Amino acid sequence: MPDNNTILLAVQTAAARHGNDPANLVQILREVQDALGHIPEEAVDDIARFLDIPRVRVAGVRGFYHFFHDRPHGRYEILFSDNIIEHLQGKPELLQQMCTRLWVEPERMSEDGLVRVGSTSCIGMSDQGPAALVNGVPVTRLNMERVETMVELVQKGVPLSQWPADFFQVEDNLRRADVLLGEPLERGAGVRAAVEKGSDGILAEIDRSGLRGRGGAGFKTAVKWDFCRKAVDTGEECSIVGPKVCDNTAATVRYVVCNADEGEPGTFKDRVLLNSHADLVFEGMTVAARVIGARQGFLYLRGEYRYLFDKLNGILAQRRRDGLLGENILGSGFSFDIVIHLGAGAYICGEESALIESLEGKRGTPRNRPPFPVTHGYLGKPTVVNNVETYALAAKIAAKGGEWFAAIGTAQSTGTKLLSISGDCERPGVYEYPFGVTVRQVLADCGAQDARAVQVGGPSGTIIGEGEFDRRLAFEDLATGGSFMVFNRERDIFEAARNFSSFFAHESCGFCTPCRVGSTLLKKGMDKIASGHGTCADVEELKRIGQLTRAMSHCGLGQTAANPVLQTLDKFWGDYEKRLISKEFEPSFDLDKALAVARRITGRDDAWAHVSAD
Amino acid sequence: MSEQKKIRVATCSLAGCFGCHMSFLDIDERLLQLLEHIEFDRTPLTDIKHCGPCDVGIIEGGVCNSENVHVLKEFRKNCKVLVAIGACAVNGGIPAVRNNIDLWECFQEVYHYGIGLKNGQIPNDPELPLPFDQVHPIYEVVKVDYFLPGCPPPADAIWKFLTDLLAGKTPKLEYETLHYD
Amino acid sequence: MSDNTINIDGQTVPFLPGQTIMEAAMAAEVYIPHLCHNPEFTPHGSCKLCTVSVNGRSAAACTMPAAAGQQILNNTEELNANRRALVQMLFVEGNHFCPFCEKSGNCQLQALGYYLGMMDPHYNHFYPARAVDGSHPDVLLDLNRCIMCELCVRASRDVDGKNVFGLTGRGIHTHITVNSPSGRLGDTNLAVSDKAAEVCPVGAIIKKRHGFAVPIGERLYDHKTIREVQTEAHK
Repeated sequence: MPDNNTILLAVQTAAARHGNDPANLVQILREVQDALGHIPEEAVDDIARFLDIPRVRVAGVRGFYHFFHDRPHGRYEILFSDNIIEHLQGKPELLQQMCTRLWVEPERMSEDGLVRVGSTSCIGMSDQGPAALVNGVPVTRLNMERVETMVELVQKGVPLSQWPADFFQVEDNLRRADVLLGEPLERGAGVRAAVEKGSDGILAEIDRSGLRGRGGAGFKTAVKWDFCRKAVDTGEECSIVGPKVCDNTAATVRYVVCNADEGEPGTFKDRVLLNSHADLVFEGMTVAARVIGARQGFLYLRGEYRYLFDKLNGILAQRRRDGLLGENILGSGFSFDIVIHLGAGAYICGEESALIESLEGKRGTPRNRPPFPVTHGYLGKPTVVNNVETYALAAKIAAKGGEWFAAIGTAQSTGTKLLSISGDCERPGVYEYPFGVTVRQVLADCGAQDARAVQVGGPSGTIIGEGEFDRRLAFEDLATGGSFMVFNRERDIFEAARNFSSFFAHESCGFCTPCRVGSTLLKKGMDKIASGHGTCADVEELKRIGQLTRAMSHCGLGQTAANPVLQTLDKFWGDYEKRLISKEFEPSFDLDKALAVARRITGRDDAWAHVSAD
Repeated sequence: MSEQKKIRVATCSLAGCFGCHMSFLDIDERLLQLLEHIEFDRTPLTDIKHCGPCDVGIIEGGVCNSENVHVLKEFRKNCKVLVAIGACAVNGGIPAVRNNIDLWECFQEVYHYGIGLKNGQIPNDPELPLPFDQVHPIYEVVKVDYFLPGCPPPADAIWKFLTDLLAGKTPKLEYETLHYD
Repeated sequence: MSDNTINIDGQTVPFLPGQTIMEAAMAAEVYIPHLCHNPEFTPHGSCKLCTVSVNGRSAAACTMPAAAGQQILNNTEELNANRRALVQMLFVEGNHFCPFCEKSGNCQLQALGYYLGMMDPHYNHFYPARAVDGSHPDVLLDLNRCIMCELCVRASRDVDGKNVFGLTGRGIHTHITVNSPSGRLGDTNLAVSDKAAEVCPVGAIIKKRHGFAVPIGERLYDHKTIREVQTEAHK
């Protein structure tokens, strides 16, 4: 355990680096944990003192994020990605093997404090899984052999830096490129266009392009940016008023935020964009800043992508040196800079208002809306939040104009979309398609010959069966943030839905009743069916809970948490039916198992010490 | 009316305190009125050990041990309508307060460390019902048709509930007689 | 129709600019069931009991701004059934034992159960392991009964200026924590006279030695529904 001076020094250093600003609390907690291994109570007190905030707030934030720990969690922390695709590729067996070999129980640190093996939500590597985070760094393409080597490395205490480099190899797996990834844009072309055409000019191009947000919801980018640039901060109240347009010199402070919290299970296209096209993304953010009149931008990078952090900061530094970022960009008088904030393991922070809360150093609880971030965003100021891909596209549109983009795709869904394809196909990876492509076409291209179902847009999206493979990927038909998980004929769709239900229960922020309790009830209901104790009555109950959760929840997470259950009940009933028992009622718990403790204590095993199933 | 077949009713207390039964008796002279329409099968008032075919089964108390399950299942099998009466049957009640105490600790306290105990032993007689790790309301073990909460439900609530039920109506309590305490 | 009215269940309700649906409804003595909302505090919107249908879409009345012409459904069978389900969810996720709770009769969760005709908790109980903190000389904190409405958090922060309470954990493990390194209420600067000590709508925060000052049978919701009590309180 670190002594008080070590703790104090760690806190002092981290707090000072972040200007003792409570808005940077999440970043400070991360750095303190880096230094100390965990965040002990003394550190919470010190942080509270340095930032001049109540300790209860520090403790509350520490307790919210999965990657923060209030006690030691092993010198090696190995977290297997719990994505269903990796699950089907052998994750449970690999995890079990690792635990057996290391003599540990899942999710529990070994007694000597050496290692903890557990699971975590999808880490964005399902095209090269099964994968795991080892002390926050992804190890891909796990198999029994690799697990065996990892066990040895852990037991010998070999530092991560000395592990075989190919363990950490993350491939882009770019399989199909179109206008975004196939045609390189000269570095700085987007920013140059923004500086030349100005706010109105660029906005007009974005508008002409028909660009819609790529996170999945598909809000018109031009409309969002226009709302934001027209929003005027009048102190307490901030409202959209027209036609006044603000620029950099205006009194209203505005922010550009890039949502790189790519947490929807099965998506990894932002990982590829940030790994190989980060300039394009930063360029797009700068374009947005020019349009709305922002001086400050944030890239909110999910904690799982932390391995990209230094690389991205390097690119930002280079852009500053090249006059593409920072003060007086390209000598135009326009100034804008970008800071990268790291998340700490919370799917909910992909919801834009929760993301802003997290950026402000708070628990990632979605806000009440209205007001929306375009008027009340980061620190209550007008803020544009867009997806990584949206910014990359905006940079291209700024440079090349809106017309060519509008000519691609469909009427309501212009341009191209990046898909993250994983699962039962020969060539998983990132595919760029013009909107409007059919699922069937995509399946053919990725080598999915035996597909039974596709989960489009991740667990919160839509699952479709063979009869729907002619549907098109577009906002008019199948809207998607890009996740595309393929299941072949041997796959059990019930297990996929159960995995997704666990995911939502695990990731619910806990703010509102219907999601907090409803998602847990859904998970429990699915577990009951999986254990062979489910009845038709349990299924009916799941439907009712699902509808309630959908109708009453606070944000998109809760409103979609029941999608997997409700949709698969509708489309893949057979996978449920074969598990159900033909009884009117089945107890909520395993009666005989519930006597096991008493049997052990009394040493009894007679007939009366058991309760039969009937 | 007198020619009509009487409605057969069984009652029992599982992990309860018989307080609900006491409250039932508090309907006082109305009990006679009730007996014009009903007859008792297994209840603490009769000496019938097992529940036979009945119209209505009324269960007080939650499920805390194996015997409770056997009795409860016998009631469910034999009763057309099953009623959970009282807080314990409805949500586990006071006995469920032990649900977060380790069973081993409970046993230790009761059989080893309790005041006046010396060389205490944990009994292992097969005749003793074995306790579950947690206490549950009866609806988590069998299907329950009606609930009458309260600790205990007031006699008036029981009267209203039963008379509604006997009249073939869905029981509906007045605001002031619906209580969880 | 005037510009600043909304329609709730067929009744025309006026509103002032900036008012939420809940505020407009309360002013007009239209009851919308609620639990985490307390008119003395900034709206929160977490319990979702006050969910109404606004022009066909669900919204929490306590946080949704009133806007001219809104057609709102409130006291419908479907919405009340959903509200009952939410109350049931709150009952099973915690450990709510009314028979020995000092708050019984004054408890808003219980009163909403009565108002909405909840006869049983319906869902399977979670029976979570939650802490009871009796370290404070005058105030008891029993997390078994907490419904995560954050009224104590808001009261301590916004009224008392103390930040004694806060939330930690996440999802179903979300819980109240207190502002002391030991994690004990007794080590915070909470005073029994604080707003935070009296604002709890359930029995999670109760003043010691006051539990039975008002006998059972004479309590707030013993003879009047929560609808009557809260509508009268607003007059």
